Amino acid sequence: VTEVAVVGFAQSPCRVREDATTGGVEMLVPIFAEVYAATGLAKGDIGFWCSGSSDYLAGRAFSFVQAVDAIGAVPPIMESHVEMDGAWALYEAWVKIMSGEAEIALAYGFGKSSGSELRRVLALQLDPCLVAPLWPDSVSVAALQARLGIEAGLWTEKDMAEVAARCRSAAVGNPAAQVSGEVAIEDLLARPYVADPLRAHDCAPVGDGAAVVILASGARARELCDRPAWITSFWHRIESGSLGSRDLLRVGLGPPGSPGPVDVAELHAPFTHQEILLRRALGLGPGDAGGPAEVSPSGGALCGNPMFAAGLARIGSAARAVMTGRADRALGHATSGPALQQNLVCVMEARR
Amino acid sequence: VNYNTFYNERVTDTPLTAPMEIAFDYTRSLGPVLGQFMTALRERRVLGARGADGTVHSPPFEYDPLTSLPPQELVAVGPEGTVLTWSWLAEPLPGQPLDRPFGWALIRLDGADTAMLHAVDAGSAAAMRTGMRVRPRWAAERVGSIRDIACFEPCAETPGARPEAQGAGPVTQDPATKPPVTMTVTPVRLRYQHTASPGESTYLRGLADGRLIGQRCPACGKVYIPSRGTCPVDGVPADIVVELPDTGTVTTFSIVNVAYPGQQVTPPYVAAAVLLDGADIAFQHLILGCEPGEVRIGMRVRAAWRPRDEGATTVSTISHFTPTGEPDAPYETVARFL
Repeated sequence: VTEVAVVGFAQSPCRVREDATTGGVEMLVPIFAEVYAATGLAKGDIGFWCSGSSDYLAGRAFSFVQAVDAIGAVPPIMESHVEMDGAWALYEAWVKIMSGEAEIALAYGFGKSSGSELRRVLALQLDPCLVAPLWPDSVSVAALQARLGIEAGLWTEKDMAEVAARCRSAAVGNPAAQVSGEVAIEDLLARPYVADPLRAHDCAPVGDGAAVVILASGARARELCDRPAWITSFWHRIESGSLGSRDLLRVGLGPPGSPGPVDVAELHAPFTHQEILLRRALGLGPGDAGGPAEVSPSGGALCGNPMFAAGLARIGSAARAVMTGRADRALGHATSGPALQQNLVCVMEARR
Repeated sequence: VNYNTFYNERVTDTPLTAPMEIAFDYTRSLGPVLGQFMTALRERRVLGARGADGTVHSPPFEYDPLTSLPPQELVAVGPEGTVLTWSWLAEPLPGQPLDRPFGWALIRLDGADTAMLHAVDAGSAAAMRTGMRVRPRWAAERVGSIRDIACFEPCAETPGARPEAQGAGPVTQDPATKPPVTMTVTPVRLRYQHTASPGESTYLRGLADGRLIGQRCPACGKVYIPSRGTCPVDGVPADIVVELPDTGTVTTFSIVNVAYPGQQVTPPYVAAAVLLDGADIAFQHLILGCEPGEVRIGMRVRAAWRPRDEGATTVSTISHFTPTGEPDAPYETVARFL
């Protein structure tokens, strides 16, 4: 079996970018340069490219084609695209290497979330006949899930505020974070609801950004990186698109379910209660199969959630924890769709 | 090569932005199951689909989640139901069922085992609670859409008090006065604040001044107009500003004979790719001032600008291109751009 490792990661600072187009080029060129410099690679070394982005977010058709300009795609390249978070582009790149069609692959994701009313645009990912005509916004849909958990006794509004405070504190010093700092739980709980029971701190900020991850197979990975983050498992699962027939408190991860013990877990939880749900589903707590793990030391998506890049950035951040020696074993998670409908997990480890 | 041009002081002007509204209607074929569901909504009835395991799904599934088969039976459910979870939205967004504060809820209709997402007009969050009973408020005009239910509203009745006839009963066919619903139309309106790239902004501001400004790639020397932001060959910012003349050569063209809504010029007319002198990429514009049949590859053309006081940051500041009367450009000069 081909061994594949993450050998490079870069992300743009997440913020509202008044100088960036929805085509992503302005955010991608600097991070491509950064990841080339770190790995010593040039564009000609990349055997396969895959991107994740959304035309609905960009407000135009085939918006990902403009982003290809950031690559410099002459002579022609082997390239693909997913209308999903870049984490799923990374999955396609991993499959490409596993199937022997490439040795080095680059996945990227980008999104200018601030160009439109994000939570309204996201209504268009819902059932087109039965749900989307009502325009349920993504924050309200997540709030339905949050209340279910509160009333089932799985978490409280205070637990949710504690997640927000911990993430913001962890994000201090992360140059890619959009929000960070020390906050008091009481202050957070005194704020008004955005969509009862969610307050602003329960929701990821709306921001623009991009991320890039480079994968390499066996020997190439060892050449390119002192401590590659070897992928030991990589899988994704999807729940029903029907919100009312799903158990919204169950995160369907499928086998293998638990990743085994990890030192660091970067979770793509755009809402505070979803981090609690994911910790439980992945068993990351003390005494659990996967724990105790340090959860989202980057601050996570709650401190910067550039659409279509944030999931890839979670995997990149987990890989970076391995590459820098902070972790021997790390997990990156990405989500897509309403209320954690789709989930992807990538487990990586260091090797001698 | 400076990869950080986008971040440094060389970008002195704020990029141009403009509001953009996209509006279109999705027209979808409903298929047999949702067609029956929507037809029933038009008649103020709600249907569910009974699954292989006996559970009733409302809204109905098209294919059984367990067996992947179409539902064997559609049954009447509700119309009243119970709220399973809810959220409260103080500031509704455009297009949502209500324009005053309302609750979103997952509502399990009587006789169903799954829930429907819809709005509840409860007046205030204090009036909402899990387990509350609600009933549909029907739209005055019903067309066969999920919006035939305008919203749900609180009702006092408890589940035990409802008549036997309601909930999970067989479908009774109303006398068919209208043909069944087979299609649904969903209007989509999305608003964006569209941002031009730094290079595009320079180009558009130049147009307003009656100038054509392109960008040269520092790596390969190619000149792009309008700006590509980055050179598509090299992937680096093409940021060396170049002013180009307003003359060029037709590299290819088509004669438009078809009329369409919003068309600015009466057909037939010519849409052409014009390679400005000094540019390495052609851009599209109109060729007027001659018979469409006279336009040819290699024809020399010049920009016809709108009056200076009409100059704006848009490509329509150039009204069209018109023949210069010069001899055609030799084929070799345009061969690379065909």
